[in-house]
Amino acid sequence: MTRTHTYDVVVVGAGGAGMRAAIEASDKVSTAVISKLYPTRSHTGAAQGGVCAALANVEEDSPEWHAFDTVKGGDYLVDQPAAQLMTEEAIDAIYQLEHWGLPFNRTSDGKIDQRRFGGHTRNHGEGPVRRACYAADRTGHMILQTLYQQCVKRDVTFFNEYYCLDLLRDADGATAGVVAYELANGELHVFRAKSVVFATGGYGRMFRVTSNAHALTGDGPAVAYRRGIPLEDMEFFQFHPTGLYRLGVLLSEAARGEGGIVRNKDGERFMERYAPTIKDLAPRDVVSRSIYQEIKEGRGDGPNADYVYLDLTHLPAALIEEKLPDITEFARVYLQVEPTKEPVPIQPTAHYAMGGIPTDVDGRVVTGADERVVPGLYAAGECACVSVHGANRLGTNSLLDIIVFGRRSGADAARHASETSLPEVPADPVADTLARLNGLLTRDRGEGTPDIRKDLQDMMFDEAFVVRTEESLKRAEQALGELRERYDEIGVQDKSAIYNTDLMEAVELGYLLDCADTLVASAAARTESRGGHFREDHPLRDDANWLKHSLANRRDDGSVDLEYKPVKTGPYIPMERKY
Amino acid sequence: MATAAEVLNQSERQRVGGDPTKVTLQLRIRRFNPEVSEDSWWDEFTVAAHPLDRLVEVLHEVKWRQDGTLSFRRSCAHGICGSDAMLINGRNALACKVLVGDVEPKVTIEPIRGLPVLKDLIVDMDPFLEGYRSVLPYLIDDGSEPDKERYQSPEDRHRFDDTTKCILCAACTTSCPVFWGDEGYVGPAAIVNAHRFIFDSRDDAGRERLKILSERTGVFRCRTTFNCTDACPRGIEVTKAIQEVKRAILFERF
Repeated sequence: MTRTHTYDVVVVGAGGAGMRAAIEASDKVSTAVISKLYPTRSHTGAAQGGVCAALANVEEDSPEWHAFDTVKGGDYLVDQPAAQLMTEEAIDAIYQLEHWGLPFNRTSDGKIDQRRFGGHTRNHGEGPVRRACYAADRTGHMILQTLYQQCVKRDVTFFNEYYCLDLLRDADGATAGVVAYELANGELHVFRAKSVVFATGGYGRMFRVTSNAHALTGDGPAVAYRRGIPLEDMEFFQFHPTGLYRLGVLLSEAARGEGGIVRNKDGERFMERYAPTIKDLAPRDVVSRSIYQEIKEGRGDGPNADYVYLDLTHLPAALIEEKLPDITEFARVYLQVEPTKEPVPIQPTAHYAMGGIPTDVDGRVVTGADERVVPGLYAAGECACVSVHGANRLGTNSLLDIIVFGRRSGADAARHASETSLPEVPADPVADTLARLNGLLTRDRGEGTPDIRKDLQDMMFDEAFVVRTEESLKRAEQALGELRERYDEIGVQDKSAIYNTDLMEAVELGYLLDCADTLVASAAARTESRGGHFREDHPLRDDANWLKHSLANRRDDGSVDLEYKPVKTGPYIPMERKY
Repeated sequence: MATAAEVLNQSERQRVGGDPTKVTLQLRIRRFNPEVSEDSWWDEFTVAAHPLDRLVEVLHEVKWRQDGTLSFRRSCAHGICGSDAMLINGRNALACKVLVGDVEPKVTIEPIRGLPVLKDLIVDMDPFLEGYRSVLPYLIDDGSEPDKERYQSPEDRHRFDDTTKCILCAACTTSCPVFWGDEGYVGPAAIVNAHRFIFDSRDDAGRERLKILSERTGVFRCRTTFNCTDACPRGIEVTKAIQEVKRAILFERF
């Protein structure tokens, strides 16, 4: 049975970007949020260290310095007008969160307190600056809670535990809605809408070691990709240097902002060699590569010599307790290490997708090198690529991204909806989805999801992680072809209509495979190193040939067709990236 | 103070991912699927796991290797999203914050109590969220906001810090005997979220919330059993927060 709903705006995903968009849109037009998780389960809640804005509450700062840091941190692949806009709007966005009740830590005179973070500098790199606003080390939790509270206040309509399975477009390509699966009873729903905002988060679950939740499987990007939307800059994935060893659970960069030091097995503060000016506060791609180099040269520790340490032992216990309570608890619970007394084993962890669904600064999805707007389609947050993060996102810019571009996309989605009539959905809008689900449910003897997913995660960790080469990416391409063949024969054990998470895990694996296809193809083509994309066989940045965004289009046979579009430049001329 | 090198050379570090000796864990899980039976039943599984493995990963091992129909909620798997509250060996906890070494050789897992079970370990969260929504869980002020941030002293900010940690996992509310028995009681989590605003110096609706919580369904149902405080995976002093709300109602002091 299929049920049909009609709204002006449908938001897919209820993390920070989705709820911020919904708040903006629901004030103006009829709006619904569909989310595969209860809103407060979204992974925005796992963000720790801070959200940045040049408030200059504790020392001199300016949005212009923030924009420079964002562009340089992104290794000049950032669209500079977007970064300028984001850093200027940052200040009011933070004040608005405060007005909505977000419990920021405070200075002694009652202002929002700010602290240091990787890559945030005063006056174009002269030294660290305190720019990150924070609520202990649970800033994302407080943003998620505050936005949910505002949604409750406004009585925003949520469809919880609904999975988005398809994007509907009319004959002219305009957005007509989405198809969703209700987990509680297995029913399909058609949500007709004039505007659809994708805010589905990242896809770190394609890697074995990741800070990402199980839910982060690239649903929005994959659904859009299958309906003719390209994916931008997919080769740029951020590997966060301080993941808890083996588990990948994030230990915030705030730990280094508060004075934490990364050390190798000899106890050496090795970042002094790689980033002499700001050392441990170098951006994440730089620190992750340095850790890789240390481990490669035999200075990793442990039975497999494959981890280094985050050392907080020299910091006052009271400071750790007040400003980093959650991450110290992670170390205690999961590794049984006492961070006030002993250093914590860490390794780089797949953390954040810089790439995603291409949008302009109003969240409107654009396709092709000439950036044609897809009417009514929007994306915001990690699943989108504006691009404000370029080749490497600066710490705390993700929480800023979701509130600035969540708001802008919600506003423009509402504007668009109020100016257009409801597009027609295709005849039998659920036919494709139903065929896909029935295929999974009726195949009795297919291989299960877990083995294929594990092989994907191991393979991507081995071949397409912190360091890549032509050979490793060729192997990855080959392996993805084989995984795809196995996936096409996949079966699920649970045939139930009620809470069939077995079935949804199989669907999610399909999304991960699509995202991995585009990541590997884009990475294989880009014969340079920039930000999070490091090619050992092409270790230098090559602005003459590669100062451009990748666009991965899906061909009908499922293969990836790459095209490129120029970076929107601005006042900051690309220069060597030293810290 | 020891040098970093000395610190690093403590022998304890070998335990981290060191000896991969696995232990055998026997799981007894309460199952329910209305498509199969009106009654719940017990299933038993045996899994080999590392003592530092999280229980949620053991449940995955069962689901992914033994019985794909086993259903439970989970997402972040490190105690932040609040999806996987369960009754584990008779106590409420998040399955991602319980380690195999804490419970081996045997563990019994059931859905949290007091909410309708929908399938296996999945319960209906709506009654829980209704309680949450009833206490006006959002900042209410007079609307005269400054152009910049409102000022709040670190002391005023600290006053409600503990109750800002709540992740709405329902471990506290579903450990409360009063909640099991009294369908109207809003439960500990709702009171925690009311506390978070009542004691926020920026909020103007404390009186309104205290009125809601002084009604029959409110704080005075609490019998101070401390189950909620024991159950909270975020370490919130839930009972203390409830007592503070009770006192605020009695003495109009907040």
